[in-house]
Parts: sequence; C-alpha cells; structure tokens
Amino acid sequence: MENVIEIRNVTIDYKLKRYDIRAITDVSLDIKRGKITALVGESGSGKTTLSSAILQCISTPGEVTAGSIKFFGKDGSETDVCACNNHQINKFRWEKVSMVFQAAQSALNPVMTVFEQFEETVREHRMGWDKKRIEERTKEVLEDVKLDADRVMKAYPHELSGGMKQRVMIAFALIFEPELIILDEPTTALDVITQDYIFKILQRINREKGISMLLMTHDIGVVAKFADYVGVMYAGRLMEYGDIRTVFKQRRHPYTAGLIGSTPSLIGSLDDMKPIEGNPPDLRDLPKGCVFSPRCPYRTDKCTEKEPEDYIKDGCLLKCTRYGE
Amino acid sequence: MDELMTLKGIGMTFKKSGGFLGKERRIEVLKDIDLTINRGEIIAVVGESGCGKTTLGKIITGLYRPTSGEVFFEGNQVSGLFSKKINSYNSVQFVQQDSYAALNPVRTIYQSLYAPIKARNKKWTRSKIDERIDELMTLIGLQPASQFLTKYPHQLSGGQRQRILMARAVSLDPKLIVADEPVSMIDVSLRLSLLNLMSELNEKLNVSFVYITHDLSTARYIARNGKMCVMYLGEIVEFGKVDEILKTPKHPYTQALIQAVPIPDPDYDTGKELPLKSMELASLENRGEGCPFEARCLYATERCREKVDYVEVNGVKVKCCNLKKEEDEKID
Repeated sequence: MENVIEIRNVTIDYKLKRYDIRAITDVSLDIKRGKITALVGESGSGKTTLSSAILQCISTPGEVTAGSIKFFGKDGSETDVCACNNHQINKFRWEKVSMVFQAAQSALNPVMTVFEQFEETVREHRMGWDKKRIEERTKEVLEDVKLDADRVMKAYPHELSGGMKQRVMIAFALIFEPELIILDEPTTALDVITQDYIFKILQRINREKGISMLLMTHDIGVVAKFADYVGVMYAGRLMEYGDIRTVFKQRRHPYTAGLIGSTPSLIGSLDDMKPIEGNPPDLRDLPKGCVFSPRCPYRTDKCTEKEPEDYIKDGCLLKCTRYGE
Repeated sequence: MDELMTLKGIGMTFKKSGGFLGKERRIEVLKDIDLTINRGEIIAVVGESGCGKTTLGKIITGLYRPTSGEVFFEGNQVSGLFSKKINSYNSVQFVQQDSYAALNPVRTIYQSLYAPIKARNKKWTRSKIDERIDELMTLIGLQPASQFLTKYPHQLSGGQRQRILMARAVSLDPKLIVADEPVSMIDVSLRLSLLNLMSELNEKLNVSFVYITHDLSTARYIARNGKMCVMYLGEIVEFGKVDEILKTPKHPYTQALIQAVPIPDPDYDTGKELPLKSMELASLENRGEGCPFEARCLYATERCREKVDYVEVNGVKVKCCNLKKEEDEKID
C-alpha cells in the first residue's frame, strides 16, 4: 500500500540551557494513505512532538536532529519536510497536511466571527478567490461536519458549544482538501456522546474523501473503535506499530498488553484487570537498556543491558527483546 | 444497610446578573434531587459536562448551600448549619480533580498532611501526628514515607499527588468521601491503581464514596457492587445498581450514553447511530416542568412536556414518561 508520510529514524531534541531532552528517539513510521492511523501514549511520550515535526512546527527549542520525514502526494510528488525552506513549508502546511489542535476553545480567535477566520486563512493561501467563492467553500466544509452553516458563520466562538467549536476546527482543516489531517487529542474535554458524534463525522470524511488521518490520543477505547493502524509510544520511542486487530488481539508488547489490560471497559470481566506497576520515566534520567524494563513483568537481564532494536513480525513493528530471535 | 446521608428535594439555582438594566437571569442547575447514601457504599454519579454533577458533590460536602431542599447526615439536618458548626462537619471530605491545584505549592507534603490533623486534634503532640501521618502513608501505598514527605507537590507525579489527596481526605476519619473526577488528569497506566486504592479504602475503613465522573467505564470498575446515578440537566434520570443499569438501561438517555462509550476491542464496533434526535444540550435557563431530555429523545410524545415522576423497574428508579405510561397501563 502507498504511504502518505514516511518517517525514517527521526530523533528530536529540546536543547535547553542546562541539559538536552531527547523527546523522540529513532522513530520510523509509515502513515498509510486513506487510512486512520492512531498514536497512543501517555502524556510525555512524544506524540505531539512527533506530529508537529510532520508540519515542521515543533515548539522552540525543539528540533529534528537526525532522520528524515518525507511526504508523498497523490500526484506523485515527493517533499522532504525537513529540507523545506519557509516559503515551501507555508505552501505545504494546510494545503497538503493540516492539523486539528487539542484545545479548540483556545484555537479560535475570540474577537472574530467564524467566517472572518475562514476568510483570513483562505486569503493567505488563495489570492485569487473572491468573497463569494470563500463563502461557498466555507459553507461546504461546515456542512461536511454537520453544522448549520448560516448560523455558525456569523457566530463568535463564545456562542458555540465545545463540540461545535471542535467541529469548526475540523472544518478549518478540510478547507483546502488536504491529503492528511493530524488530529491531536480532538475530543479531550468533550463528553462521550459528542466524542462519538465527532468521530463518526471524521470516519465518514475519511471514507468518502479518502483523506488520511493521524490521530493522537490516550484513549484506548477510541483507538479500538475508529483506527485502522496503531502505534504505541512510550518515552519517545515507538514500542509497537501495526494494524489494529493484530496489535489489540495479540497484545505482544508488554507495554501494549499492560495498557489494554489496565483500561476499564463496559463489557467483560473486571477481575483480570491489572495496573502497570511503577511510574512513567523521567526523560532526563532514562533507565538503562529498554526504557520500559523497570515496569515490565517479563524483564530479563538482556533487557537492562541493551536497548532492543525494531523487530518486524508479521508486518508489525515490535521494540522488545522477546521478539528478537 | 443504614443510611448515612439523605438528600431531600435539593434544588440549586444560580443567579446571573443581566448587566446594566438587563434582566437578572436564573439558572437552575439542580432540580428535585433525592438521593440516599448508605454507610460503606460506593455511588458513581455520571453525566455529561454541565449536568450538575460537581454542584451536587459540593452540596454533599457542604461547600454550597442548596437553594431549596434539605440535607440530612446521620439523621441530623446539616444544610442549614452556620459557619461555626460547619467547621466541625468534617465527616465528609472532598477530593478534587486537579491534584496540582489542590495542594499548596510552597508547602511540603508533610506540612500539607500535618495542618488538617493538627487543626482537628489541637491537643495531639507532634510525635502522635507523625505516627498518624506514617500510618496514612502506608495506607495509600507511598513507601518509604520519608522519601515523599519532604518533597513539594511539583516533585511528585500526578498519580502520587492524587494519592496524597486521598491520604489527606482520610486523615480526618471521614465517613464519606466525594471524589470529583479523581483520575481524569492522571496517566492511563496509573488510573487503575488509584481506583484500586479507593476500593481498598472503602473496604478497610468502611468509608462511603461518591465518585463523580463522565467516564462510565471507570464508574463501572469502581462501583461494581455499588450504585449508579445518571444525571441529565440537573435531574437524576436513573438510579440503581450498576450491573442492572449497564445491562438493561431503561432511560433513553442512559441507553445513548452507554452506546457512546468506546469499547477497547476492535471487533466490537457496532457502527450504529446513537439513539438521539440532536447532539446539543438544551439550555438550563427557562426550563419548563417537563422531562429535561424531551428535546433529544426519540420517543418523546406530548405527554413528556408535563411533570414526570419516578417509576421503579427491577429496583432501578427511572424518570421517564414512557416507562411511567407502561406502568400505568399495567395497573389499569
């Protein structure tokens, strides 16, 4: 299958005054065209840093210190994101890859109506469009996310509910029909009913328009329900990556197994649920060998000696010594 | 089981000024809440944001005085207590969502734990309080205690801070703890152990818990032998045993809520649309007498605009006119 994004051996460092923090260590990942790929991980695992690297908008002082990120367009074009200059990256952002940010509440400008904000964005990218054309397009995308376009266009952000604001953000991301949308925790702070509704909209957009999606979340349930592929991140490393069924059913990596096994669900038995022991590591003071080893129930001497490589088993990536042979 | 706390006909209305010359607006956040909490029981209160679950928690802990209705604690009325008496009312404790904001950042953990114990037991000596703190640290599983007590809140992880809050709540020997979304801000891998700690405290100390959340899965986990209270727009729409509600939800809102919860199993996708007419919550202002869910309910009829009463089905109290109708027809 064709990939939209190929991430190869990417390392991202935050260079601080007293020390450096390695937020992402040697991550390689393919994002498949037309599919929904999810990245799960706890806070601090590097999901947001990795996704902002795709748009080259890592917050300072972070930078990609090794590896490459390549984008492949539908038209056969190839873009090396890390090598783009400012002008090129501005064309690339939003037209090829757009992003829906976590806090919709603060992502919209409170003193402009929704339409004015669409107009501002469009004028930045499409000089030739007149007001009527912008209006038509705005209406189209707002209807795509099941909003009452006429009312919402004239509204200020405070007149909309949290779920509506998040849908406006998704409409924003759709405006130039990008090939990939990055969704960073799109439904945190929203309740389950709105969450379900928003994901159904996203799923429909994905199926009907063939737009690929990269979803960052810590909610295992959401991933199981809506994603096609899943990557599990821990302390800046990709621990496991593969199609959703193999990863969730086989639970091969001890961290994945621990995460799924410690997520309460509405069905099934509650008695075999087990928490993961210990605490997430401090990125300044990582354990020797495998980063998950202090919390791993299958730890051997081998694990604490050397960090495991990326092993490929039935098309899935596994970073664990147990799958070395 | 004996009753620990009883809420009778609780209502809470917030007044909002309408600005210069504007009309004052009244927002009815809670309406006619009746709830009984038994000794040693865990009750999960679930609902969407804005349904009034936190306000209810604050009324139970005595932080808000309800605008109507009465609160009884062990048979005594407590909702009308004035400042002096309310200070001695510490049989009910509150655990907040944001553990970072709930602890004083310039005090060590030891100081944060010491202060409430000293305030309650003025005659206790320092060594006696130290002993008590040690005991608490063992109870919440932060060992060795000395390693944590000298630290400041920012030096601990979210899960550890939340445990400290639990210790502080337990330190005054409460009979009831209200926990408002205690796990929503901590890492997924640490949530389960905190929920286990709460169950442990419930068993060991026989403390009742009111667990406020919007996450039905964790509610099911913690209250597996307890009860669940589903709230919608300031009213309790369904109340009863957790198993019974999750297996056969009776209220149309509960049905939609349960269907919306994602199951961590990729083969489980039902793909069905939620049984709801609209996605938007109705406004809390100017609400009528009728069912709060009417505007979004697929089964709504004319009848729903009138006042609704509770019906009891299999031990679960439900506020829904259609069920009420069925019940009436049966009797006829």
